[in-house]
Amino acid sequence: MALKPVETLPEATVLFAGDSGDGMQLTGTQFTLATAYAMNDLATLPDFPAEIRAPVGTTYGVSGFQLHFGSIDIRTPGDEVDLLVAMNPAALKVNVERVRIGGTILVNSNAFEKRNFDLANMNSNPLEDGSLDKYRVIQVELTRLTRETLKDTGLNQKEIDRSKNMFALGLALWLYSRPVEPAQKWVAAKFAKKPDIRDANLELLKKGYHFGETTEQFVTRYEVTPAKLKPGRYRAIMGVQALAMGIVAAANKSGLQVVYGSYPITPASDILHTLSRYKNHGIVTIQAEDEIAAIGTAIGAAFGGSLAITGTSGPGIALKGEAMGLAHIIELPLVIINVQRGGPSTGLPTKTEQSDLLQALYGRNGDAPMPVIAASTPGDCFEVAYEVCRIAVKYMTPVVLLSDGYLANGSEPWLIPNPEDLKPFNVKFADKPNHVVDDEPVFWPYLRDETTMARPWAKPGTAGLEHRVGGLEKHNGSGNVSYDAQNHELMIKIRAEKIQRIQAEIAPIKIFGDPTADLLVVGWGSTKGAIEAGVTRANEAGKKVASIHLRFVNPLPSDLGAVLSQFSQYLVPEMNNGQLVKVLRSEYLLPFEALNKIQGRPFGPSEIAAKISEMVG
Amino acid sequence: MSDKNPDSKPNNGRKPTLPPGMKPKGAKPPSASKLPPGMKPKGPPTAKPEGPQGPAGGDGASKATRADFSSDQDVRWCPGCGDYAILATVQRLMPELGVPREKVVFVSGIGCSSRFPYYMNTYGMHSIHGRAPTIVTGLKSARPDLDVWMITGDGDSLSIGGNHIIHIMRRNVNVQIIMFNNQIYGLTKGQYSPTSEIGKVTKSTPFGSLDHPFNPIALVLGAEASFAARTMDRDPKHMKEILKRAHDYRGTGFVEVYQNCNIFNDGAFFQFTEKETKSDRAIFFEHKKPLTYAGGTKGLRLNGFSLESIDLENGNFGIDDCLVYDETSRDLAGIMARVYWRPDLPQPFGVFYREDRPSYDDLLHKQVQSVIERSGKGSLEKLLSEGETWEVS
Repeated sequence: MALKPVETLPEATVLFAGDSGDGMQLTGTQFTLATAYAMNDLATLPDFPAEIRAPVGTTYGVSGFQLHFGSIDIRTPGDEVDLLVAMNPAALKVNVERVRIGGTILVNSNAFEKRNFDLANMNSNPLEDGSLDKYRVIQVELTRLTRETLKDTGLNQKEIDRSKNMFALGLALWLYSRPVEPAQKWVAAKFAKKPDIRDANLELLKKGYHFGETTEQFVTRYEVTPAKLKPGRYRAIMGVQALAMGIVAAANKSGLQVVYGSYPITPASDILHTLSRYKNHGIVTIQAEDEIAAIGTAIGAAFGGSLAITGTSGPGIALKGEAMGLAHIIELPLVIINVQRGGPSTGLPTKTEQSDLLQALYGRNGDAPMPVIAASTPGDCFEVAYEVCRIAVKYMTPVVLLSDGYLANGSEPWLIPNPEDLKPFNVKFADKPNHVVDDEPVFWPYLRDETTMARPWAKPGTAGLEHRVGGLEKHNGSGNVSYDAQNHELMIKIRAEKIQRIQAEIAPIKIFGDPTADLLVVGWGSTKGAIEAGVTRANEAGKKVASIHLRFVNPLPSDLGAVLSQFSQYLVPEMNNGQLVKVLRSEYLLPFEALNKIQGRPFGPSEIAAKISEMVG
Repeated sequence: MSDKNPDSKPNNGRKPTLPPGMKPKGAKPPSASKLPPGMKPKGPPTAKPEGPQGPAGGDGASKATRADFSSDQDVRWCPGCGDYAILATVQRLMPELGVPREKVVFVSGIGCSSRFPYYMNTYGMHSIHGRAPTIVTGLKSARPDLDVWMITGDGDSLSIGGNHIIHIMRRNVNVQIIMFNNQIYGLTKGQYSPTSEIGKVTKSTPFGSLDHPFNPIALVLGAEASFAARTMDRDPKHMKEILKRAHDYRGTGFVEVYQNCNIFNDGAFFQFTEKETKSDRAIFFEHKKPLTYAGGTKGLRLNGFSLESIDLENGNFGIDDCLVYDETSRDLAGIMARVYWRPDLPQPFGVFYREDRPSYDDLLHKQVQSVIERSGKGSLEKLLSEGETWEVS
């Protein structure tokens, strides 16, 4: 058989979409693995419904997995889709607008029948009504070919039909010249105990791959050559895995036992799932009865001298607010992770958003500031998780780590760090009295370190340092309950000043793009990839623009004012209705312009680039 | 209930330690002294005396005293409050337990009772309203070596903290819980509580409360409590015995203490606690002993699934007709817990139920140990590079 011509592409975006029971997340994950093997740079975006098994064939039951890969630097899961694999009409309907004009749509033509059109509220067959004329449509009888392939296996119809994603995966792997071996290895291991299912899946993978070669419908296949990544050993990593490993690294380097108290909530539950497997790394996990109990267990553990962490999403933070205030006033180290999702209220549980920034900064009674630190890429979650643990202990304060649904579930190639390169994480517990009253040595739990203003951490079990903490205002120094007016004002100022001193931990701001530009784009969190890719595109198109990205939103970097003064126009893209922009306006009194996207999906570089063009002309 | 007016009832510098009308000495122990002839007061087997041992104070030298466990802070409860008796009893009990002071932690929620940790010269935390069970669960999970006491009230644990109290019961975290039940909100100045009787007229219920009250012992038994007991502020000896038993129990030792709020609910429990009526209206029961009261002149026997009072003096019934209590019987605990404000029966005080069940913190650390034994101590380096990796040169 004559091999088809191969066209080399710099990058491509593939989107697998189907019913939530069609195995699209699995298909996407396996395609990602093969792409990592092909040494492309990549970024992924899973997109699934909140319902576990939404009614079959409906638009709200559509689950998708988008992957952007290339031989160039890949910063986002992709703007426009080059190949959409749609397992049914609903999947096509939901995603067709994301496909670039001229892009390819591969459909399971067996699913394009009246019942499914009705379920998806479609009046006509899109394969026949001309609505897809702008695209190249490839019709594959996935259901029939799958049944044909497996007819003699003895599997029942349901088992057979459920396997059709493997045919689609094999075909997609062929189309982009990806190796099929990683998926074969995975299937063999996954179904080792069910040989008939294993063999069926392997057969379908192979059939799908060969189908590409034999069918008349494909005239070419594509190739994306390896990317130029920094040398070293890599693995594909999701944000949630990186975050969990950052916590393990903190436990390892500090020598502290980690206690993670959490209550299941999308999209943060995977942190609990992951950490609960790491018991042999000195990690204790507690699935508490509710969000308040989750942070309560963490505060109790912190008092006991453990590295205490609680993780949740926005609605959970709303419930934890009072306990966060307690952690602030008793000045114990505590990490509070918020994997943000669409809000308000229950909102969009499985979609991404950055709309809990103001909640993190201000969502407590009284003046109760705490550091707010945001991760910017899936891999960055590792470093940020380590950093927040270190800062919490060094400054004896609760710290908020902001991630989001995109970072948690998105993946990218990750240069595996060497544990020895991590910053030192020293912990010193108080072991003797630190003050003298009436010639008697005493322990004052609120005497502070001169540099960090941190109070000493004295573990129960240490003789002579018995002390009480609590939510009532305390006397500066002794920590005894105090209702003194001047002391209260002093304590509020001291606790705020301590947080401000964390500025010493912030690296100097790096300006990305053209430093001579007038326009500066200021971002935070998961928008980093889209912003920098957008700035790069604008620069390449001859537009003068630069960007900076904030990891610390509280305290803000000490050099931020000076950097801002080098520019005269400011753009703040956020996946919310304008939150950082409010903070920056009030802090620097400069004309910050907002660019908001609140659709449960990340920005694409083209959206950023378009706004830049509009502003610089 | 909020904590906004903690200074509402300052005392004038004096520290009353006993409620008015209470004699510091000579009050006869009501239970042990009233045993039928021939029966020796024998304590039930303690579940396990394991745990930190040694002299208090941490210096390992002299024997600790009550003073070693009293902090330098002024006690700010209203003069005459039942809380003083509980504080004094706990401070007197501490040296007897032999746990070094630095190993002891008192954790509370919010309310009058929850000021307790400030007055103990141990480690302590005055946390937020209703959440103390979550704090002690985390603390014991992190530090099973500590001796942790939780102080709470009827509002703190049964209203705002209702969810947590039931979950700590089913988990069986190895702590002692002292619930001060005064059937009223004190710190917020006199609203009805979840244990107040129906019809209670308070500031927030000028026409009488409509809420049916909780029965705390029945509530915790329903939540799978493994140790549940009741005592009273005006019987320090009984209180001390019961607290000691809760401490000796390896698991959640729940003790409800009837505590008089002489400002907002004075006399709520007087029929059970005062000399004139106590003997007839309260029964102090013990494991493996027949249920008798009124100085041994009355007893309780089972009639079907119900308890009824029998006269042991009229010749119709004898001591053998009385039910012999078994604190390890869940069925009897259920029946006994339901003897609650009954005009025809005395209110029970004692250990309702005790079950040998592994504590949460023991299970937690056993599991961690077994994982380490099975898969070895985790290596960070291995973890970072697990799964599919590839080399870029």
